Amino acid sequence: MDNQNTEKERLFTGIPASPGIAIGQGYLYAQQEVDIPKHKIQNPGKEKGRLEDAITQAKEEIQSLHQKTKKEISSEEAEIFAAHEMMLEDPMLLEKAERAIQENEINAESAWMDAVEDFAEQIENLDDELFSARAADIRDVGKRVLRILMGVQQESARMEEKSIIIARDLTPSDTVLLDKELVLGFCTAEGGPTSHTAILAKALGIPAVVGLGSGILDLPADAPLIIQGYKGKVIAYPRPETTQEYQRKLEETEKRAQLALEKADQPAVTRDDVRVEVVANVGSVEDARAALEYGAEGIGLLRTEFLYLNRSTAPKEEEQETIYKEILEVMGDRPVIVRTLDIGGDKNVPYLDLGEEMNPFLGWRAIRIFLDNSEYFETQLRALLKASPGHDLRIMFPMVSTLEEIRKTKKLIKPIEDDLLASGSEIAKDIQYGIMVEVPSVTILADQFAKEVDFFSIGTNDLTQYTMAAERTNDKVAHLLDPCHPAILRQIDHVIQAAHEAGIWVGLCGEMAGDEEAVPILLGLGLDEFSAAPTLIPRVKEIIRRWTKVDAEKLARKSIRMASAEEVRNAVREHKPQPSNKKT
Amino acid sequence: MTKEEKVTLQNEVGLHARPASLFVKMASNYTSEIHVRNLSKDTDWINAKSILSVLTLGAEQDHQIEIRTTGEDEEEAITALTSLVKSNFSDH
Repeated sequence: MDNQNTEKERLFTGIPASPGIAIGQGYLYAQQEVDIPKHKIQNPGKEKGRLEDAITQAKEEIQSLHQKTKKEISSEEAEIFAAHEMMLEDPMLLEKAERAIQENEINAESAWMDAVEDFAEQIENLDDELFSARAADIRDVGKRVLRILMGVQQESARMEEKSIIIARDLTPSDTVLLDKELVLGFCTAEGGPTSHTAILAKALGIPAVVGLGSGILDLPADAPLIIQGYKGKVIAYPRPETTQEYQRKLEETEKRAQLALEKADQPAVTRDDVRVEVVANVGSVEDARAALEYGAEGIGLLRTEFLYLNRSTAPKEEEQETIYKEILEVMGDRPVIVRTLDIGGDKNVPYLDLGEEMNPFLGWRAIRIFLDNSEYFETQLRALLKASPGHDLRIMFPMVSTLEEIRKTKKLIKPIEDDLLASGSEIAKDIQYGIMVEVPSVTILADQFAKEVDFFSIGTNDLTQYTMAAERTNDKVAHLLDPCHPAILRQIDHVIQAAHEAGIWVGLCGEMAGDEEAVPILLGLGLDEFSAAPTLIPRVKEIIRRWTKVDAEKLARKSIRMASAEEVRNAVREHKPQPSNKKT
Repeated sequence: MTKEEKVTLQNEVGLHARPASLFVKMASNYTSEIHVRNLSKDTDWINAKSILSVLTLGAEQDHQIEIRTTGEDEEEAITALTSLVKSNFSDH
């Protein structure tokens, strides 16, 4: 391809995966395709030794990747490396390769890759997709050893300056290899909003756009790029004016982020002295630690699914108690809201026998499963209660749609408490019990539900999907899923009013709580608690500090009378907030 | 001397992912030679201590597998492995 300075500015549009702006050179991250050298050798013993050394080194690499992923990303992501390690220890793979070295007198590289490819093909050809997907793992492991044998440097070591990664899609193995200090952003040809790339980018707080189409891969490796993560746009060969414009935006964002982070520990108080709580959505102990660093005043949503997925039996009471205790201890006396298992027909939990469903999102999920399998529910509740002493534990139930479900749940809790107390266990006093408000039947009867619980937490992701009748995972209807739609805002308004009349508080733990344009509206609607991803907390606090509650209320009242999400968002953008000059 | 036993996989994913790892790890704890084949797909015997070989069995839920152990601890090995399968690969 002709790589000249005269290249025209080109726009690529993809799916927003992580917000923010990045300006820099592209770096084409290709899965390294090295030619496998093949030649006759004289000394099979020496070749076998080389192979064994390379395998040992690969194992060390994988172990450190495992640790690193666990620390930097999540334990769930890290599991894949345990499987990789096991493949490296496979006696038949080694035997096959060593036999080829011995009998065919060929070098370690080609003997090893032949053996790897042989297994990969056998597994790939199984007609079950679950199995055939493992072939990619085997090849990943195989190439790691090959690279070591050939003394080829790892991809990450070759990236010398800060760059924007361009790739087809990134695997967990790729993503941990990257030197995080040098990555400005990601653009991938494939992948959706829940791909590894998106998860990683969000965790690192850098912009990413996915699903850009394969055209992005045809760009010269060092093409100048601009990513606008929030909009899902990538500009290649920007004109100087474009670069300047984004440079200015980027500087503003960075300055704001810096200021926000400096003040992250301080409370979120509006200019007319109204304080709201800003807490974090987390899914692991590591997340909880990060949340504190970003100034979370507590945990507004602890997802417990991580305890249940990727295993063949349900987690035992003791195991759960240990993990809850660990998270509660990290948070000290700050409130921690734990959501009981929220799982649906689209995730694989063998021991729950979920079965196949036509419409998993409308099916047997969350509290519906738990109430039908109360032994699992009781185990989780017991573990939570046992972990509670000395902490502000609050428990909430997902996917509630009827009052009956709440009443049944309460009937389960009482005997557990009695039993624990009778057997000498301690339980924290005044544990609050609440529900996720995410089904329209609950928003409509919010006044009745408010009498049954201690708090509400609005789950806008599901509430939006159920209100708009548009599935969250379907790209074709994604445009319908804006929580700023007045149909959602009115429900939130109604729920908050009903709750406050009954004297209970309301939080919100959907993506909306971290959405810059939605925050002022939620503030104006009277939301008590904003729960967002840890990295978004400083910014949410900063936005709240710029507003007066009175102004936000005016904006909110105006918004609920509008006709579309777009109209609402335009109204927020037009409102010029005053700079934050707040004492605290 | 050799022990052989047939068992049916009842867990949802079959010999894949975590169950496959548990099976291979347990097999590797014994000195006996341990082989397994998938009767439902009429496969050859493969080495049960090799994760890749176990994956090639493509053993899914409801498939019947046969385990064969030969060696000093063949008795313990076959008992442990069959009960692992029968317990639907619960941890212990």
